[in-house]
Amino acid sequence: MAHSSQPIRPIHFILGGSAFALLLLLTLGTVIALWWRAEITSSLTPADWATIRFTITQALASAIISIAIAIPTARALARRNFRGRKFILTLMGAPFILPAIVAVLGILAVWGRSGYISELIANFGLGPLNIYGFGGVVLAHVFFNIPLATRLFVQGWSAIPVEHFRLAAQLGMETRDITRHLERPMLRAVAPGAFLLIFLLCISSFAVALALGGGPKATTIELAIYQAIRFDFDLTKASQLAMIQFALCAAIGAVTILIATPMHFAQGLDRKAERWDARETRYRVTDYTILTLVCLFLFLPLASILLRGIIPLFTLPSAVWWAALNSVIVATLSAGLSVCMSIAMSAFIIRIARKRKTVSNVMEVVGFLTLAASPFVIGTGLFVMTFPFISPFAIALPITALVNAAMSLPFSLRVILPAMTRAEDHYGRLADSLGMQTWDRFRFAIWPRLKRPVGFSAGLAAALSMGDLGVITLFAPPDMATLPLMMYRLMSSYQLSDAAGVALLLVTLSVALFWIFDQGGRLEHNVR
Amino acid sequence: MTKFITLAAGLTLAFATTAHAQDKPELTVYTYDSFVSDWGPGPSVEKAFEEICECDLKLVGAGDGAALLTRMQLEGARSEADVVLGLDTNLTVRAAATGLFAPYANRPATLDVPTDWTDETFLPYDWGYFAFVYDNTKLKNAPDSFEALIAMPNDFKIVIQDPRSSTPGLGLLLWVEEAYGERAPEIWAGLAPKILTVTKGWSEAYGMFTDGEADMVLSYTTSPAYHIIAEEDQSKSAASFKEGHYMQIEVAGKLAATDQPELADAFLDFMTSSAFQSIIPTTNWMYPAVFPTDGLPAGFEQLITPVDSLIIPADKAEQARDKALAEWLTALSR
Repeated sequence: MAHSSQPIRPIHFILGGSAFALLLLLTLGTVIALWWRAEITSSLTPADWATIRFTITQALASAIISIAIAIPTARALARRNFRGRKFILTLMGAPFILPAIVAVLGILAVWGRSGYISELIANFGLGPLNIYGFGGVVLAHVFFNIPLATRLFVQGWSAIPVEHFRLAAQLGMETRDITRHLERPMLRAVAPGAFLLIFLLCISSFAVALALGGGPKATTIELAIYQAIRFDFDLTKASQLAMIQFALCAAIGAVTILIATPMHFAQGLDRKAERWDARETRYRVTDYTILTLVCLFLFLPLASILLRGIIPLFTLPSAVWWAALNSVIVATLSAGLSVCMSIAMSAFIIRIARKRKTVSNVMEVVGFLTLAASPFVIGTGLFVMTFPFISPFAIALPITALVNAAMSLPFSLRVILPAMTRAEDHYGRLADSLGMQTWDRFRFAIWPRLKRPVGFSAGLAAALSMGDLGVITLFAPPDMATLPLMMYRLMSSYQLSDAAGVALLLVTLSVALFWIFDQGGRLEHNVR
Repeated sequence: MTKFITLAAGLTLAFATTAHAQDKPELTVYTYDSFVSDWGPGPSVEKAFEEICECDLKLVGAGDGAALLTRMQLEGARSEADVVLGLDTNLTVRAAATGLFAPYANRPATLDVPTDWTDETFLPYDWGYFAFVYDNTKLKNAPDSFEALIAMPNDFKIVIQDPRSSTPGLGLLLWVEEAYGERAPEIWAGLAPKILTVTKGWSEAYGMFTDGEADMVLSYTTSPAYHIIAEEDQSKSAASFKEGHYMQIEVAGKLAATDQPELADAFLDFMTSSAFQSIIPTTNWMYPAVFPTDGLPAGFEQLITPVDSLIIPADKAEQARDKALAEWLTALSR
């Protein structure tokens, strides 16, 4: 890789360093806080180890299947241009941010014993579908994660300079050759990171695993942590289990970063690729078939959420709208925070990578840690740390925004770091040779290449934060609620139809926020 | 950047709205989320108590029922809470052992709770029976015991909650334990093929049931009352089991470290008065601990009355819980 002589300035140390310190505090710091606060000591039982095994197996299966489906989907989206393409890309953000309970009911509306498919096959005398068990857990996780993986790969495809495709066309390359020379190297760079993200996401899920897993066989580490804190008040075991999640994360993270080979594409002029090679009918047919199937799989459950919620949506009590406002504010703040932290960390990592590759690799893994962190441990740990000094209610908003930002950091970092590396490689040198410094250098050379990924990751962070129900439960003051909290309160008061209305509102607002940020990143920049 | 900071500061202030509104003494009551929601008893209770107490009642939703005790253990004596409302009898001994709670002397002479109440610290405010709820338009002959449920055909499915994360889930565990004792593992093994799935909380399970995923769901005998009274829907019934039904008694207690001991006592007095008790049936959908003088709301008379009220004494609940959980895990993990 070509390196410029950009120095590490104090600002990189201060901003990047404090972002890292914050991450470590939220992840390892909270575990230590729990450990220190523990009143009983205990060790892991055989049942705990069975739980750990189940957690890993289902996460591996979910990640592999999601990626295997996402690659052809992303390729279809990348090489086809059709009406509704943008719409599909935007709506694809939706499953990812659904609160577990909404997603489960949506998935069951399609795949359940009284779901659409069961009703359909009943006409042919076939018994109701029974997805409960390992299959159900993986199905739900694949539903959640295909969109994320697809978006990451679409980004990957658009990172291949269009000039490469033109050259390939001039050389008369077949689709097969393009795959070998352009697409496969890109996949090798993107796939390991995407795999890691999904694997980690599936590790810390537990409401889904429980509801569709059919019973305690399908217990994940996260439930064991929940049990340790809520049921046994065994903070020692909770922190042990949390450490195991971190160790898993670090191990898998290290392997994927070693496997991933960075892309070495030359610099291009930022234009949309035209794919002459893929005009053949057979490619057309495969692409559109895949897209149709994936869209059905993703959008049918969403449609059921829409059908269920559309009528109650118009009669929701006013408290819901206040909760919606709170959620939007928290989401916007945490999106901003998440992006700032990612940019600071990326700039820091890139500069360190030039001197010490190992250090920067370790830092990259640290960026993933929050994904492996249990929201319960973070919430409880922060509570233990702050409670002696300040009322939890007073810091509900900043804490929620902060933790949500940290939780979405692995995604933003995954999107922003490669984009910034490319920008530094391609335009950084140019900027240096023009004698550009600090702010101007960032504004003219780097920022135009970061806008899209920043918009995308801000959208993702905002949407994730909208759906989150982690720390807010511990810190929320009596008069403050967020939409997911509101939805749970409605459900536990038998208000199932109002809850469906809130679920629809939640999905709509999240998708809207995602769309606004994502579009913001697409505003034309001045370098053409 | 400065603009952003100003904005952030403004927003933070906007959130801290009703902080120091008045000089009235403030009573902080920690409870579970569904109690404080607009559809729960919270708003009416707050209004009724503030009319008589010259104080500001602050009801704080601290997560679900199981989270309450954890929250108190984490906060310890520094807690802002004066009263905790929403623990149940499975937790009272452990709660008392923390030493955080103070005795309450003014217990009413008679309580309409179907068990002798002798606890000196905690006072019940409502109670209910766990039961399986079904749709009586789809299911004509509901099982009338655990054994009848086991004998149902294998495509008959129930949804239950995980005892580690849900109060009804734990209730079912103790129900089987109390009704069957040594035979409990056998009952669980028989039930296993009927269990469609186990959810994290009551809401998921009840939602799956109303969506038609399962034939019966673990809930309360009083659940049909919600559908009858609030929705005028007669289609939901609770199955009456011959073994009797396990009870949940929900209690409140005063914290030893409270800075408002008199107000806290006044709140507990108020809790068993008819002003509070008449709110409970149609908001918390449970039986009040002291029946209002004009009786229960119309619709409650349609509910089943269990032949036998089962409950494991509070001092044995903890031990029974650990044993029953181990049996449950073994039976369902096969």
